[in-house]
Amino acid sequence: MEGTRHWRNVVVLWLIASLIMTPIVIFVFGPGLPPGNGSVEASGQVTDNTVLLATATPVALAVLVYLAYVCWAFRERTPEVILDGPAIRGNSSVQFWWLVVTTTLVLFLAGYGTVRLLADGAGGGQGPNPIAVPSAPGGGKPLVVQVIAQQWQFNYRFPGYGGVETNGIELPENTLVQFNVTSLDVIHSFWAYELGVKADANPGVNNVAYVTTKGPLLFHVRCAELCGVWHGYMFNQGLVVPKTQFAAWIARQEQLYAPATKTLPPYSKTYFPQPLRRGG
Amino acid sequence: MSAIAMSVPAGRRTGWRKLIGFNMLTGILLGIGGWYLGHFIGDHITGAGLAYYSAEAGENDIAIFLGYFLGVVGFLIGLGFANYPLKRLLGHPPALAEHESEAEGLFRYFTLNTDHKVVAKQYMVGIGLFFFVAGLNAMLIRTELLQPNVHVFGANQYLTLVGMHGAMMMGTMTSGLLGPFAQFVVPPMIGSRRMAFPRIESFTFWLLMAGEVILLTTIFFGGFQTGWTGYQPLGAQGTAGYDAYIGFFALVGLSMCLFGLNLVVTITAMRGRGMTWSRLPIFVWAAYATAWLMLLAAPMLIAALLMGAMDRTVQTAFYIPGQGGSAYLFQNLFWVFGHPEVYILALPGMGIVLELMPVFARKPLWGYRLAVAGMLGISFLSWFVWQHHLFVSGIDADLRPFYMLSTELISLPTGFIFLCAMGTLWRGRIRFTVPMLFCLAWMFNFLWGGISGVFVSDVPSDVTTHGSFFVMAHFHYTIMGGLVFAFFAAIYYWVPKMYGYNLNERLGKIHFWSLFIFFNSTFAPLFALGFLGMPRRVVTYNPAWQGLNDWVSISAYCIGLSMLVFLFNVVWSLLIKREPAPVNPWNSKSSEWTLPTPVPVQDFDRMPVFDADPYPYGVDPVPAGGPAYAPAGGTA
Amino acid sequence: MSAVGKRILWSTLVAAIVCVAIALYIGLYLVNVPGSAAAVSTSSGTRLYLATVPAAALNDAHPTWVSYYAVNANAQDWRHVTTYVLPAKTLVHVTIYNYDSPSALRNNFFGQSSGTTGGVITLDGQTTKGINPNNASHVFSIPQIGLVIPLQGISATAKNPCSNAPCSLSNNHTTTTFTFRTPAKGLYRWQCFVPCAAGYIAGFGGPMQTVGYMDGFIKVV
Repeated sequence: MEGTRHWRNVVVLWLIASLIMTPIVIFVFGPGLPPGNGSVEASGQVTDNTVLLATATPVALAVLVYLAYVCWAFRERTPEVILDGPAIRGNSSVQFWWLVVTTTLVLFLAGYGTVRLLADGAGGGQGPNPIAVPSAPGGGKPLVVQVIAQQWQFNYRFPGYGGVETNGIELPENTLVQFNVTSLDVIHSFWAYELGVKADANPGVNNVAYVTTKGPLLFHVRCAELCGVWHGYMFNQGLVVPKTQFAAWIARQEQLYAPATKTLPPYSKTYFPQPLRRGG
Repeated sequence: MSAIAMSVPAGRRTGWRKLIGFNMLTGILLGIGGWYLGHFIGDHITGAGLAYYSAEAGENDIAIFLGYFLGVVGFLIGLGFANYPLKRLLGHPPALAEHESEAEGLFRYFTLNTDHKVVAKQYMVGIGLFFFVAGLNAMLIRTELLQPNVHVFGANQYLTLVGMHGAMMMGTMTSGLLGPFAQFVVPPMIGSRRMAFPRIESFTFWLLMAGEVILLTTIFFGGFQTGWTGYQPLGAQGTAGYDAYIGFFALVGLSMCLFGLNLVVTITAMRGRGMTWSRLPIFVWAAYATAWLMLLAAPMLIAALLMGAMDRTVQTAFYIPGQGGSAYLFQNLFWVFGHPEVYILALPGMGIVLELMPVFARKPLWGYRLAVAGMLGISFLSWFVWQHHLFVSGIDADLRPFYMLSTELISLPTGFIFLCAMGTLWRGRIRFTVPMLFCLAWMFNFLWGGISGVFVSDVPSDVTTHGSFFVMAHFHYTIMGGLVFAFFAAIYYWVPKMYGYNLNERLGKIHFWSLFIFFNSTFAPLFALGFLGMPRRVVTYNPAWQGLNDWVSISAYCIGLSMLVFLFNVVWSLLIKREPAPVNPWNSKSSEWTLPTPVPVQDFDRMPVFDADPYPYGVDPVPAGGPAYAPAGGTA
Repeated sequence: MSAVGKRILWSTLVAAIVCVAIALYIGLYLVNVPGSAAAVSTSSGTRLYLATVPAAALNDAHPTWVSYYAVNANAQDWRHVTTYVLPAKTLVHVTIYNYDSPSALRNNFFGQSSGTTGGVITLDGQTTKGINPNNASHVFSIPQIGLVIPLQGISATAKNPCSNAPCSLSNNHTTTTFTFRTPAKGLYRWQCFVPCAAGYIAGFGGPMQTVGYMDGFIKVV
């Protein structure tokens, strides 16, 4: 039957295209997907993005191959005369299988995403009561770093080191780091790209995000939520360094910022700084 | 249906007397008067007790809001909207029609008009105008992003450009397809001569225009720095330009809400004989599904904005954390509106594509019930997904798997729409007219928009891409690649009936191909920029990304050029050349094409009776006969 | 004139008006940015003089807003500009005359000076590592190079405060001087960190968010 011939052509073309493109996507593009392998959570995102891309490839190809084929095969060849095509109003078998296949795909992706999310939090901000806490390499407690976002600079406060506040950040290798992200004024977003961390900084809220560092790394922190005129300039760099180097760095910061630390309020998960507005 | 003449119709007066009466000019004059009155009242009721207005800020938000409010009231009174309610209060009998007589000429377009065709054309011009203004702002944004370390515009002005582009596009295109097209074709499609509430129909149009003008005034008050999402408490901090944003969106919200009400009631109550629910054309179903969203979501927006206005004027602290408020409150209220809003944008486009494909594939719509299920499913599910905008905001982590699932589920009804479009093409006799080209491009673009949507709906992937240019590319592919392409498909398709003149086909094809190529060339690299780590709404960026940004900016300029081709086509074909269009240039079997061209005031002389499904293609295998279908003025 | 001719004329007229409107939008609003002031090269090194005032000049677009101004060594020649042009990789000596009263810091971190030579500033002749955060009136900071300069406010009992720019040295003021090494050539930005925008919620609206008042650029050439 004519329909069967076309149907077979589409399926064959799609299979060929998928069998070529899907491995390319997984093995050539996959390793290069963001945000790279700078941390355990970042690697998890790379895997997740690869799975999504690998699932999307045959789906996209199905639609594209089909569209290209029908536009070629079923184009009107005698435009001078208005002829109608066959009055096909539907096909319950096609509809049924489409529903089954798409539902399966969607449930698979939602399930996979959930599993990956609950495994280690995927570097995202989980709010004040995180449910996905990765385990620290070698056991022990995480290094707590408070990220204080304000218009228009990120400051970092280390409660385990005298509550010192710095405007730069270094982290030790192979360590579980707990970022307590908060804001002093408006909504910002702490995005450490190579670490695979993104957590909004909401005023009055403690947004916790975890990252497990690996080896030495230069990472870029950018604000990812519009916070006013200098949003585009709210960035800094950070480093992941060997543990001894980190210890030396933080000791230097404590010494350097000792005068400021004396004037800071006690470490707290959220702050409601005054003045709220300048008096007249 | 009796019409009471209010006075000698404006079209019959002579000279400058034509301008006297309830029309746009009177509206503008009373609007300006209202602004000054409101400002005056505001200046005099504020005192030392209201600390947020202090002489040190140099601006009085209460005066500004009152000014906008009374300005809009004055504008609407000047247009004549108060007349009918007052007349009824005074005991006059009801009247259905105002300014509908064709003897009035062009004047009927500049006043309150109850003819749905006139309102549709008012929307067409109004939406078109602000679509191009917002598009110009987009070109300017891309000009700023040509170089990371040379700033063409001021940093504050750049953020206002970003906000104006977003807000104007969102507010304008919300009614972008339904305003011009649903209002024109839904009544004939369902077998009615008018919409259920003709005065409300006109009201929604003029509200939208008033809102757009208010948005433009933001530049006189320092602009607004929050982008179109208007996040608090950043908005509360801002200069008075943010008041213009609130005024604009509140009016847009009201316009949307009333428009939705009108559509729901029209489609439910005014269907003609034989027009059962299962015979409704799919575009009407899309309008219906969208109308429910407009009706129910817009009030959320108005409430959210009203609270923001109160924070800025009378010292409430809904959104100010230090005083008991919550920044989350705004985010949640906004996105409970905002997510249905994006489906308000997408659904009419889907309806147009499914409505036009049968005409140009010469086959019935494949899977009609599945398509209806898709429309209603999208509409229903869109209420349950909004937290995906807040995945990394610090919401309770338990919520995220649920919203991930609900958001992924929405791709199922969207998939139905795709399946029905694809099925309609199967074994058809496809004609690549300009409207059909836009419909096919819609499928290509929305495919990428939808797939990238699956990425951002997946929480671990969203951690990578939230707040970056990847999200920008996703929603531009769905909104611009989807809605705007469907908008142009509808324009090329229905203009011959609405205006009675042909659009030049060659220019149409040049417009299509240049838009399609440069649209993809502009927005595809944005996926890469997002993956590389470029945040949204930034005035500077890593210099390593300049090459990509320049490519995007140049492509965007080419989109602008493509739009100029379209504008030239419109001016040339509709104003200058004016080649009369045939009654049914597309050989469509839809009922609006049984109307004569130009369409008379009363639409149908005799109301049609519907007794068959809306897509009677393929039932008559004998050639339709007659001259070939060859639109004049270009290649076939 | 024929009907078509009239329509062509109207279309051209409308198109011309649109072009003029766009030009005005761009020229009068979008590219309307404050000017710049360059550091002067003197025998004692490269010097820049700035001033901060509680309210801008009476003929300014915002006469009630706090603002930075560029001045000369004698606090004269007041220019309302916020882009400062500095030579690259050079030691620059900056003096800031502050005529404004304190309004306290939101984050006391910025009460300590950093990024300068020795990490110190000179306040009214005394070398110090920072100020009491409650006395902070403004801050001059270039976050990209870690420069933080807190500016002490004038005393509450000041007898001759300045109300609007321009001010003179006879008005009550504090003088802060510091030295820092400029980075490589490029465009950087500076801002204040004190919530000093009176009348705005959180004190960070209005002038604090507007280039030309409490924000600007550093152009290193």
